[in-house]
Amino acid sequence: MEEYILIFRHEDGQKVASPEQMEIWMKQTMDWIGSITAQNKFSGGNGLPFDDSRVVKPNGVVTNGPFGDIKETIGGYIIVKADSVDEAVEFAKGCPVLQGEGNSVEVRKIAKGDGVH
Amino acid sequence: MEKQQLIPHLFRTEYRKITSVLCKRFGIEHIEMAEDIASDTFLLAVEVWSYKGLPENPTAWLYAVARNKAKNQLTRNAIFSEKIAGELQLHSDRSVSEIEIDLSDENISDSQLQMLFALCHPSIPVEAQIGLSLRILCGFGIEEIADAFLTNKATINKRLFRAKEKLRLEKIRIVFPDEIEIDKRLETVLTTLYLLFNEGYYSESQNEVLRNDLCLEAIRLAYLLHENDKTNTPPVNALLALMCFHSSRFEARKSNNGEVILYDDQDESLWNKELIAKGMYFLSQASKGKLLSKYHIESSIAYWHTVKADSEEKWGNILQLYNQLLILEYSPVAALNRTYALSKVKGKMTAIPEAEKINLVNNHFYFMLLGTLYENVDNEKAKMNLQSALLLAKSDTDKQVIQKKLLKFEQVF
Repeated sequence: MEEYILIFRHEDGQKVASPEQMEIWMKQTMDWIGSITAQNKFSGGNGLPFDDSRVVKPNGVVTNGPFGDIKETIGGYIIVKADSVDEAVEFAKGCPVLQGEGNSVEVRKIAKGDGVH
Repeated sequence: MEKQQLIPHLFRTEYRKITSVLCKRFGIEHIEMAEDIASDTFLLAVEVWSYKGLPENPTAWLYAVARNKAKNQLTRNAIFSEKIAGELQLHSDRSVSEIEIDLSDENISDSQLQMLFALCHPSIPVEAQIGLSLRILCGFGIEEIADAFLTNKATINKRLFRAKEKLRLEKIRIVFPDEIEIDKRLETVLTTLYLLFNEGYYSESQNEVLRNDLCLEAIRLAYLLHENDKTNTPPVNALLALMCFHSSRFEARKSNNGEVILYDDQDESLWNKELIAKGMYFLSQASKGKLLSKYHIESSIAYWHTVKADSEEKWGNILQLYNQLLILEYSPVAALNRTYALSKVKGKMTAIPEAEKINLVNNHFYFMLLGTLYENVDNEKAKMNLQSALLLAKSDTDKQVIQKKLLKFEQVF
């Protein structure tokens, strides 16, 4: 069994959602994670809030948040257990983030730290 | 109360108090001596009360006898005087004959709580923790414990003996854990009480009175924690709430001839309103603080089950709570229950593929869930799944429930 990280990419992090919309997304996300957890395939995850975010560049340049010259942001991630990348991709297809136009979920295998990877 | 009933009753309520106080006084290494003195006290009561009649204050009589026996023991036992009483003298500067055995309400309650922490020490296996707690803190007989665990007396005796050895070897002290340690130690205690309660609630034992007693004892011990400021934490209150909500359905879940009545078929007028109200109180106490334990989530789920009528709000909340519970701690039961809640919120067509992904092919509850979900969707599949469940079910109760469901299929379809 491998572990894969599913990274939520938002095309435009500056969009502000209404509290009602946020609540609907939250529920959808919890149902999605609940479904993965019910199969005992959930390893962990977190949302990445936009407040208090910084981008650090060479020569000590620090900017507020990733919203400036780069538009795309990462909204969160979960880590799942899966037998293959295909299974991880199936999990990713259910991610509510994909309802937003231009958004995507990146699926990456997590190195095991066993000296080989 | 008649004498025949009074002694067993006093044994239940006073044996544990005497044992706890003495054990705390002597140290855990002399746990058997404390038990023996408590037992001897009751033996003497049976003997003396039967020809002299009941004393005016039976409890005070028991305490006086226990106190004297304990003092005699301390004085007589030479090795003991050297090793323990000698130390006691050093600490208290009193001679052996002046040693006080403090059977005040306060010391009784403190001793019982501290014993609970000692017996639920993480160094001993959880089954032994439950057994020891039942013996020492609930005054259960070895036979009753064996009955509750569906095993024989020899096994229980061995288990308790090993656990006591372990307590001795580890030199467990009968004290309140330090403030920094208390939450962690409470966790073990709560797990034990949770399992003790479940043992009663879901036990296969046919002894109905015993099963209810296990639940009541678990509630009583949890209530001891609630009553003490040091241990009255949000998770303790959440666990108490959970126990109250579940217990409220005791009367409703068994028919007159002992058959299990499933939740949907229960007569809700038989649900105990007083226990539900108590559960709500403890749940509100539990919401102080930031910590969200699994008991918080489980008691919230149990709360929604005290509302019988199906509603979007009820099942929507239950689904979200199961999502949270699974993220906090995966368990097959929670996975299956979550999927049942999903079917209530989003319909069977959504829930069936989700259920099949769970794929717990050795678990009869998995097939029972599929049987339920396929009902009226594909009755052939429903029947097949129930038959698989029947093959895997171990307890008579579960088999009964499945057979009843299967029978319904034969008749209707």
